[in-house]
Amino acid sequence: MTNVNGENKQPEKKDIAKAYGKYAKQFTPKPSYFANCLKAFIVGGALCTLALWFQNTLIDTGVSEKDAGTFVTITFVMSAQFLTGIGVFDVIAQFAGAGVIVPITGFANSMVAPAIEYKKEGPVLGVGAKIFSVAGPVLVCGISSSMIVGIIYWFIEKF
Amino acid sequence: MEYVWAFIVGGVFCIIGQILMDTTTLTAPRILVIFVVSGVVLQALNLYQPIVDFAGNGATLPLPGFGYSLAKGAMEGAKDGFLTAITGPLEATAAGIGVALTFGYIIALLFTPKSPKK
Repeated sequence: MTNVNGENKQPEKKDIAKAYGKYAKQFTPKPSYFANCLKAFIVGGALCTLALWFQNTLIDTGVSEKDAGTFVTITFVMSAQFLTGIGVFDVIAQFAGAGVIVPITGFANSMVAPAIEYKKEGPVLGVGAKIFSVAGPVLVCGISSSMIVGIIYWFIEKF
Repeated sequence: MEYVWAFIVGGVFCIIGQILMDTTTLTAPRILVIFVVSGVVLQALNLYQPIVDFAGNGATLPLPGFGYSLAKGAMEGAKDGFLTAITGPLEATAAGIGVALTFGYIIALLFTPKSPKK
């Protein structure tokens, strides 16, 4: 008896799950892929153009190219973090999506946003720890993979 | 023309990110990690440098550019010896990471959490 019941119940459950999936889909708003991509493209592109203009302006005033690149990165990181602090970044990110997440501004935002949220847990274990909740994995994966690259290149160089 | 290419290349990176966000269930941290590591791998294969030469900040400002700086530091360090190969990645990005940490910490201490505005 139990066997028969078990066999009957399995497909029934699947049917219910399917029906529910269809039902739920009616109410899930479809992301408008094209509009989202267009916004991301325009905002992301504008940020990169702004960075290039800023870098060229710095180079014109006599800063070396390498230093200018570093200054541009620092400026973008700091302004993104400040905007996150005053709550403006979220509004921009809601509109632009990946347009501000993929540039270095998103990385800067991902440090401050969780840190602010967990402020109540204290300056060390709250802010100090949560500042790495998103940035940590990025730094760990990025730095370790690039160090492996460095060691491989050192090997190639040597032999 | 330089500015146009920076705009287009930077925009295309953002479109890739937007597609990943909309069509997959990948969370934001994973997307960030994918971008940075792909930058490292591409530069290790000497494929990212041409994009940077071509698009300038359009390629260095998006997150793969961060991976590119890391890998470039490692590769340049590797020419001098083992130790510089290890210190290279962090040396190349020390300013960015240091400022992001310090300034981010100060900002997080100064400001209080806000409820999202609609």
